[in-house]
Amino acid sequence: MFDDFFIRALIAGLGIALVTGPLGCFVVWRRLSYFGDTLAHSALLGVTLAYSFELNIALSVFIISSLIALILIQLQKKTNLPGDALLGLLAHSSLAVGLVVIGFLTFIRFDIMGLLFGDILAVTTDDLLIIWTGGAVILLVLKLIWKPLFASTVNYELAEAEGLNPDRAKAIFTILMAAVIAISIKMVGLLLITGMLIIPAAMARNISDSPQKMVLFSIVGGLLSVLLGLFSSLEFNTSSGPSIIMAALVLFILSLLNIKQSIKLKN
Amino acid sequence: MSSENSTLVKLNNAGFKQNDKWLVEGVSLTVEKGKIVTLIGPNGSGKSTTAKIALGIYKNIEGSVEKYTNKVGYVPQKISIDWTLPLRVYDFMLLTENIKEEAIDEALTLTGVIHLKNKNLGNLSGGEFQRVLIARAISKKPELLVLDEPVQGVDYTGEIALYELIKRISDTLNCGILLISHDLHTVMTATDHVVCLNGHVCCSGSPMDVAKNNEYKTLFGEQASQILSVYEHKHDHVHSDKGEIKKN
Repeated sequence: MFDDFFIRALIAGLGIALVTGPLGCFVVWRRLSYFGDTLAHSALLGVTLAYSFELNIALSVFIISSLIALILIQLQKKTNLPGDALLGLLAHSSLAVGLVVIGFLTFIRFDIMGLLFGDILAVTTDDLLIIWTGGAVILLVLKLIWKPLFASTVNYELAEAEGLNPDRAKAIFTILMAAVIAISIKMVGLLLITGMLIIPAAMARNISDSPQKMVLFSIVGGLLSVLLGLFSSLEFNTSSGPSIIMAALVLFILSLLNIKQSIKLKN
Repeated sequence: MSSENSTLVKLNNAGFKQNDKWLVEGVSLTVEKGKIVTLIGPNGSGKSTTAKIALGIYKNIEGSVEKYTNKVGYVPQKISIDWTLPLRVYDFMLLTENIKEEAIDEALTLTGVIHLKNKNLGNLSGGEFQRVLIARAISKKPELLVLDEPVQGVDYTGEIALYELIKRISDTLNCGILLISHDLHTVMTATDHVVCLNGHVCCSGSPMDVAKNNEYKTLFGEQASQILSVYEHKHDHVHSDKGEIKKN
């Protein structure tokens, strides 16, 4: 019934959901959705460079996204422009540069739609290896920096005063963001990765009363979105990325019903 | 009375400048184990800034800070918590250190908010939240406690009880406390050392000398708004209304 490519897509998608779940919670808590978007946009440049120099796509995207994150931090220190303007500047200029470079690479046939919105057919066995080992490393590092990162998300000064080194945790988290985008670009596409980070976490916020629960529900929501999205993309012959995000949206809408109920209970 | 190894934190001529304006400068003070040092002074005199210098929150400071402990409990004056986080009192107690359940219960009981343990932090009143903040700072059995207006928003009887608790904690844990307070009574009864700030150290000393003072006694009945005047200290300078310092 299922072809190999579909099984590979499932394994890849579930691996990604395991990582985007907890990371997405921090994206929501720390208000980093546009930061995620910016890194994702810059991923296109990473992909084109990968083709130009025959590098691994995930590695190339990781390097470019980390570089963009570093440039952002420098610009924030050295200019008086507001954060969102800097994010927009970097997001769209790196996207533009990426598209222009693609124009020069006439000898390669690009599947731009697949790049932007994800393509399950593109997932290879090598990609699975990258997603699962990369994902495991990301989760491990996140677990190691959880305490300082979470404490400084709640209150920076408390974390700093009580010796948790929040600046280091923030820098490491930025690198993790670049890494998660690198491993999920093929699957979800660069325009939809942020959706995979935010929507399950937002859904989880509606039904959680503690940070641990929110992380758990965010993971479960992500896994369900991948399952629902991929099966419906097979059924209706739609592209994988948008189908997964739509499934996540449906779950989010369902979680709103829970809010209504709890408000009723309070009154 | 002071031996080097009982020192927890020491400020040497420390100051902090923001946007070319000195928030505080030339502060030297030492907090030792089992001692309470209190900072007093008018609004904007640099009390919170001094506390943040001592805690290492401000990095690019003038002078130097020597900190001899990492077991620190901090109750900030202002705390803004983002309610995009689902956070119960219980989760908040574990924020910077993994503390045993019994220690959490004990601290929450001491500050009288054990019944709020599983409540969402966003639903607490100002006074309740303040009690949780104190509980969190003491539950980790710190060596150094920094309390910036710790009883703000707490009702009057609660205020007295909390100050008694703070004094007791300093005795039982033998921890050093850097306290910022407007409450004259506390300053005079519980403190070992008082530092009077007004952008710099105006004067400092033991509160005992001050308490013997007749001026202190008459003033104490009245409202403690004129904190500075309870000291019978002589300033060697006056402040103009622009904050400039003029030598007498």
